Amino acid sequence: MKKITIDADKLHYRDLNEKIHAVLADADEIVINNAMGQRYIGDAVSKKVKFVINGVPGNDMAAFMNGPEIIVHGNAQDAIGNTMNSGLIVVHGNAGDIVGYSMRGGKIYIRGNAGYRVGIHMKAFEENFPVVIIGEEVKDFFGEYMAGGLAIVLGLGTDKLPVGDFVGTGMHGGTIFIRTKTIDPRLLGKEVKAVELDEKDRVLLEKYVRDYCSYFPKLKAEEILKAHFIKLYPFSHRPYGRLYAY
Amino acid sequence: MLRPLDDRLHKIPSGCGVTGIMDRSGAVFSGGDIVASICNMMERGNGLGSGYAAYGIYPEHADYYCFHMMFGREAAVEESEAFLKKNFDIRLAEPIPTKFVKTLKTPPILKRYFLKPKEEKLIFLEDFSKKEIEDEYTAEKAFELNRTVKEAFIFSSGKNMGAFKGVGNPDEIAEFFKIPDYKANIWTAHNRFPTNSVAWWGGAHPFGLLNWTVVHNGEISSYGINRRYLENFGYYCTLFTDTEVIAYLFDLLVRKHRLSYEYACKAIAAPFWSQIDRMSPEEKELHTRMRMIYAPALLNGPFAIIVSDGNMMLGLNDRTKLRPLVCGEKGSKLFIASEEASIRTVSPVLDRIWMPDAGKPVIGVFTKTKSL
Repeated sequence: MKKITIDADKLHYRDLNEKIHAVLADADEIVINNAMGQRYIGDAVSKKVKFVINGVPGNDMAAFMNGPEIIVHGNAQDAIGNTMNSGLIVVHGNAGDIVGYSMRGGKIYIRGNAGYRVGIHMKAFEENFPVVIIGEEVKDFFGEYMAGGLAIVLGLGTDKLPVGDFVGTGMHGGTIFIRTKTIDPRLLGKEVKAVELDEKDRVLLEKYVRDYCSYFPKLKAEEILKAHFIKLYPFSHRPYGRLYAY
Repeated sequence: MLRPLDDRLHKIPSGCGVTGIMDRSGAVFSGGDIVASICNMMERGNGLGSGYAAYGIYPEHADYYCFHMMFGREAAVEESEAFLKKNFDIRLAEPIPTKFVKTLKTPPILKRYFLKPKEEKLIFLEDFSKKEIEDEYTAEKAFELNRTVKEAFIFSSGKNMGAFKGVGNPDEIAEFFKIPDYKANIWTAHNRFPTNSVAWWGGAHPFGLLNWTVVHNGEISSYGINRRYLENFGYYCTLFTDTEVIAYLFDLLVRKHRLSYEYACKAIAAPFWSQIDRMSPEEKELHTRMRMIYAPALLNGPFAIIVSDGNMMLGLNDRTKLRPLVCGEKGSKLFIASEEASIRTVSPVLDRIWMPDAGKPVIGVFTKTKSL
């Protein structure tokens, strides 16, 4: 296994990404130290390689990414995993807005909070099934225009509802699980219904919560799974199908 | 043979960048940090505008209004000075110190004036303090000059503060105005990517009036409504950029209507009707009234702004959070910026870092009364 370390201190994003691409073919693991807002790390990389990022990676990390694993020790900024195809992102801190924007496959696991519009327009197709799990809380427009895949909010460390307003607005596919006993239907998009999990949902939830916890050794899946979860799904496949046709 | 620019180099990934640093203890600090913070977000601009606002920089002239002015032609200087002499007592007139920066194209003539309204011109009214009368007179005259003298612009007009701005990248503008040489207790900065208005020196951020300054990432879709509303109160938009209305709205709501900063924010970023429906009866009535009275002050469209009047620094997002904003704290320092990295680049270790809620202001105030 070949491990290469790059110091990102005071590097412009273009220079940093050139350094990464220069060693990409030979490396199995690339450690990036002192990241400070450099954009586009791991973008469109189509190879099984592991990135370990220490610091704050910049916007659009892992966009169009196809295969790599990215571990961030720190907080991530906006738009991580934009149109990501496959691979894994693990963030040990918080993430910004639009996590998993139009994501088509792979997994994004955030230990802390995430911002607005998490999972906006994620989609699934055939063998591609994107999964986003947020450990603590998310803000408004969670799962906005969601078309497929799975998005979960665990609400760790809070007794409050761990999602904001306008949940699932425009959602027309996929599944959302939220750790809560109930949710005020006025916070939901009008395309969305909140229901109890059935047997199949439980299996799906347990599978991914266990997988999530395997990356955060301090968390215990059994503890998390004891809590009550609700499921949100779009009850109309084409909520606006009649809007322009009739 | 000339090679056309590589596509990769030609593409400009963008979104304006904003950042602000306040020392809530009131202590002044050099502009070096704010320059480093905004330059961390170089990618958020495209070289077509940058600027800085600084509070506490002119303590030796703290009782005088300071007009920072730009002129597109020599004659505009004479015409403006004749206007100023007629209406103000000028304590000091001097060029704004600048340094030659090769890459900056055609900077205008830049001068600053420390002045006071001519006492005999003021009309005193009951219920208004002398400061309020002087502020109103100074604001009126600033608008009059901007509207009547061709190619002359007052781009900041407060006391013990100033804006510094132009067409260029934030590092170039900082070098040009020698920003690190100033010491302030509140700094804000902007890196511009103009989308639907022209790039010119007066159109760079911050925008201001009296002590107010605003730096803004986003666009104000309600500009037309806001502008017409403001004209009713004597505010005239002369700078060809939407952000101007934000500065005037804060001036109107806080200085003239005497709303608190929080309520001014409720007017410009009102909660949605669906959210008002879920409030307690008292809150519902209050917010319904606010929305009805201040409907034309509502800012629509995406924005992240940092506003200051020298007494506080305020960060605010549009109600649906269409632009980024992050806050950080370290001791008495408060940071507000478009990106976390631009905060950590000047303060790697923070006591707290968080993302403010959409439509809800984060307001930093001084912990003790500022000494002048």
